[in-house]
Amino acid sequence: MVDLVAETPLRGMTETTIGTVTLAEVDLGTLTSIAPYTGKTIGDVFKDAHGMAWPGPGRATGKTGARAIWFGREMVMLAGPEPDAALNAYGAMTLQSDAWACVTLSGAEVEAVLARLVPLDLSAEAFKRGHTARTLIQHMTGSVTRIGADTFLLMVFRSMAGTLRHDLERAMESVAARL
Amino acid sequence: MRVEGKGLIDRSQRLSFQFDGNTYRGFGGDTLASALLANDVRHVARSFKYHRARGILTAGSEEPNALVTVGRGPDTDPNVRATVQEIYDGLEARPQNAWPSLGFDLLSVNDLAAPFLGAGFYYKTFMWPRAFWERLYEPFIRRAAGLGALGAEADGDHYEKAYAFCDLLVVGAGPAGLMAALTAARAGARVILADEDFVMGGRLNAETLEIGGAPGHAWAAEAVAELAAMDTVRLMTRTTVTGAYDGGTFGALERVAHHRTRPEGGVKETFWRIVARRSVLAAGALERHIAFRNNDRPGVMMAGAVRAYLNRWGVAPGKAITVFANNDDAHRTARDMVEAGVHVAAVVDSRADAVAQGDYRVIAGSQVTGAEGRRGLEAISVDGPAGSEKIATDCLAVSGGWNPTVHVTCHMNGRPTWSDDIASFVPTPGAIPGMIAAGACNGAFSTAACLAAGASAARESLEALGLRAEDSIVPTAEDAPYAIAPLWAVPGKGRAWLDFQNDVTVKDVKQAAAENYASVEHMKRYTTQGMATDQGKNSNVAALAVLADATGRGIPETGTTTFRPPFGPVALAALGAGAQGTGFAPERKTTSHAASMDMKAPMIAAGLWYRPSYFPRDGETSWRQSCDREVGYVREAVGVCDVSTLGKIDIQGPDAGKLLDFVYTNMFSTLKEGRVRYGLMLREDGFVMDDGTTARLGPAHFVMTTTTAAAGQVMRHLEFVSQALHPEWDVRIMSVTEQWAQFAVAGPQARALLNGMLDQPIDNESWPFMACGAISIGGVTGRLFRISFSGEHAYEVAVPARFGASLFAALVEAADTMGGGAYGMEALNVLRIEKGFITHSEIDGRVTAADIGMARMLSAKKDFIGKTMAARPGLVEQGRAQLVGLKPVGPVRQLTGGAKIYTDGEEPVRAHDQGYVTSVGFSPSFGHFLGLGFVRDGQARHGEVLQMVDHLRDIRTRVEICDPVFLDPEGGRARG
Repeated sequence: MVDLVAETPLRGMTETTIGTVTLAEVDLGTLTSIAPYTGKTIGDVFKDAHGMAWPGPGRATGKTGARAIWFGREMVMLAGPEPDAALNAYGAMTLQSDAWACVTLSGAEVEAVLARLVPLDLSAEAFKRGHTARTLIQHMTGSVTRIGADTFLLMVFRSMAGTLRHDLERAMESVAARL
Repeated sequence: MRVEGKGLIDRSQRLSFQFDGNTYRGFGGDTLASALLANDVRHVARSFKYHRARGILTAGSEEPNALVTVGRGPDTDPNVRATVQEIYDGLEARPQNAWPSLGFDLLSVNDLAAPFLGAGFYYKTFMWPRAFWERLYEPFIRRAAGLGALGAEADGDHYEKAYAFCDLLVVGAGPAGLMAALTAARAGARVILADEDFVMGGRLNAETLEIGGAPGHAWAAEAVAELAAMDTVRLMTRTTVTGAYDGGTFGALERVAHHRTRPEGGVKETFWRIVARRSVLAAGALERHIAFRNNDRPGVMMAGAVRAYLNRWGVAPGKAITVFANNDDAHRTARDMVEAGVHVAAVVDSRADAVAQGDYRVIAGSQVTGAEGRRGLEAISVDGPAGSEKIATDCLAVSGGWNPTVHVTCHMNGRPTWSDDIASFVPTPGAIPGMIAAGACNGAFSTAACLAAGASAARESLEALGLRAEDSIVPTAEDAPYAIAPLWAVPGKGRAWLDFQNDVTVKDVKQAAAENYASVEHMKRYTTQGMATDQGKNSNVAALAVLADATGRGIPETGTTTFRPPFGPVALAALGAGAQGTGFAPERKTTSHAASMDMKAPMIAAGLWYRPSYFPRDGETSWRQSCDREVGYVREAVGVCDVSTLGKIDIQGPDAGKLLDFVYTNMFSTLKEGRVRYGLMLREDGFVMDDGTTARLGPAHFVMTTTTAAAGQVMRHLEFVSQALHPEWDVRIMSVTEQWAQFAVAGPQARALLNGMLDQPIDNESWPFMACGAISIGGVTGRLFRISFSGEHAYEVAVPARFGASLFAALVEAADTMGGGAYGMEALNVLRIEKGFITHSEIDGRVTAADIGMARMLSAKKDFIGKTMAARPGLVEQGRAQLVGLKPVGPVRQLTGGAKIYTDGEEPVRAHDQGYVTSVGFSPSFGHFLGLGFVRDGQARHGEVLQMVDHLRDIRTRVEICDPVFLDPEGGRARG
């Protein structure tokens, strides 16, 4: 018998604040990618099962603890609850809970920090709460979602967690040095 | 010297800095140039080619002369323009291109040799003898000619890149730019206003002109304050817009910390990519020189710059000022000087009808024919209707008119249009989509015209953006006509300088024309006019006017050279920001990375991944000892290896089997649930793309394994096939590489080790070779695959990645107790070579399935990608190199990867080429090296002896061709 101990992608890093911006590793719960099969209308079943709308391209629905994040062409990432078994008939479900390093970045200068890493207009006018994008975070492909007035959820491959932290902290330091 | 009561500097802020080893004082708001002039330092540089003494010519970013080096060691910044560099306490600047010193420069002998160093001199002079160019001439020229040098150490500073977005980008914050920004911002547009200077206002800070009854600089400050208070406006000072690109994208360099000691964690420069829906170019204009003999003497300056030093910095660049001009604008310099109480000796105006606009002497219809004073101007010679005279002066303010700053409008291959009215080029409308040029950069030279043009450009942009402009009133301002009569060069003997940065004279341009380098592009390259850091900002128009004259063409027909980005110099460190050192690419680390580091394993890169090479033990002195020991673990007991980096792709859907049958050469739809099959994939062109195993986990659920290197390529391939070739198939793919931490457990004791850890033990019946399925380990649901890359009885066990570190530690600990342990890439490589298993060393993109002995895997029963092309004659003909095993048979026992194979006993030259070596390793099982390679028709030549020759390492080994499977060809060990 063996006793296996779980470790988070950032190995339980403590929250880091540099200037006005705070970086924190977050546990989103169960992550399941859902890719609907051809001709299946998954929206109603998904809403009945999980109480939130099936998000369109570039959008995320739900709230802390249970989110549905558009994750690319014909794919949504359910973050939080175990997926309802009823969905199995509607799409390919793939367990992803351990595949992604997930962090939140928040604070007054959060947009300035991300402007150094993400090639998209993430201003509040253009990228509102509930907007999401699959895009670059410096050299990494990732997922960027605005989940609050000054809070973003960022996801990259688990193996790149260290690079994500390094790149974010560099940008946070640079922005803080300008204050 | 400073002039009391003048200037916008902060005299309460006293600063101290160093130049050329001397300490000087200046004030807050000073540039290095203004502070040096205030300290009466006129000679600040040596020129590029002739090492002539040079002073400060301009007051802006176009400065060609006053280039200095700032900082030391890893903080060295060469070619910094003194006119841009702000002073701060502790600033240390040095002159460059002077040896041994600025005042006494030995290489100024070049100036005496000038008759031999004219246009195209090295094309003519250094042709013979041939060998001398590299050994003698070029090193000498490089020492003599040049700008500043980089520090020998790596740049110690941080740089960054960033993105910004707006409705309207306004380039330049003079009267036109400020008015455009105000108009757009008041209408609610998201505005970015970028300016090179550290204070916005442009020429308003350099002139004594009024706007709406207030001083121009005060109006500018008020406008900036209004803009700064708006959330929708971003003001970017010290930011040069360097280029215009497709889709409304602009490059811009922000000098973040050149003006102060760097704060902790801060960057020196930020390279911005600004995406703007519309743009207004309000870049202003650059004053041009007039060529005459020795017009490069320190103290000869641009007239607008002389005014700027007086009005903005409270500095008089001389005690007896003279002005030489062909236009009314330059008379402002005389007027401002007189009003400030500085002596104006004379204004030499080339126009016969010129009249004084103040209390100073005008010599109309006259020209300055020469300047005197080697390290600083002492006198000028003037020729006019009344004869010749010599006038004592220490500062000559020259204006040949103004050239609109059209550069950015030409960055998408546009050409500017000649305007006779201003005797210069103006932007061609529409040259950059969505951009409107306004103000002086568009040839409008009065303040009133600039304000009106700025407001109008903003209104037009707002309309295109679907926004309504408020009815804003353009304030009243000076509206003097721009009276100019072109004058490019004063005739006469001696060298009259055009391009100060490259030491190009009027004579050089004429000589280029005479030698038939008559096209402006050829003239530029023959004379070097318009090259280097200033890119001819001060000289281009005058040089092509001289060329036009020499070739008998008009200026518009002569045309301009091509304006390319960047508008100003950009450090490569800024362009490459984020990619210094390991920042070059993301680092992918496995869950066992920390443990491997603790075990002191050297890491090797596999794509973006880091994998342990071997795990050294105390007493081992070479990697070979570690590798041999680790091979022994697997052959004799049990070894553990992290194989998580291999690509894992989840494939689900009713048509999953169809997709696999189409991308693999062999059949997968028939694979039973709970079983794994080895598969081979071809590219469309019929060559091998990748190999790996695919497991069937359910009726419509497969997991494909790819090689580490080709994981991305295979994923992209599957996306392409499922989206583009067969979109009708109901199949979904998703990478799960990162979800699972997967470890090979290999060796005779593999099952025993696992049974000590699995919640339900396994046996050969429940888990035969190539079986797979779910398992429970420590209460965690995982997956177990009985597959082998070593030829031994082996498994790969996968758990969710959060448990990876923990499982690796447990597996290694258990293996240790059984006489085994962890093994790295070196041992893995030896193990697979002993078994003849291929990697991308073998399937390098040039080999067919038949070449690697897998022709039988090309199914005849179905179509698959690459099938047709793989049947091309060239891919199936005799004589192709085929995979073989290699073993040493002579006295030399070493095999090396990359070596060539030749016919035994023949010269190792191309004619005797038989093949090449792809992989080698020392096999502890056999006690000698083993190799894999490709030999012409090799499959039929087993037993033959050839010679391996490594030309680079100078190794020759006789080798026997054999079957690539050295160990256990029947496969009994893996099945056992």
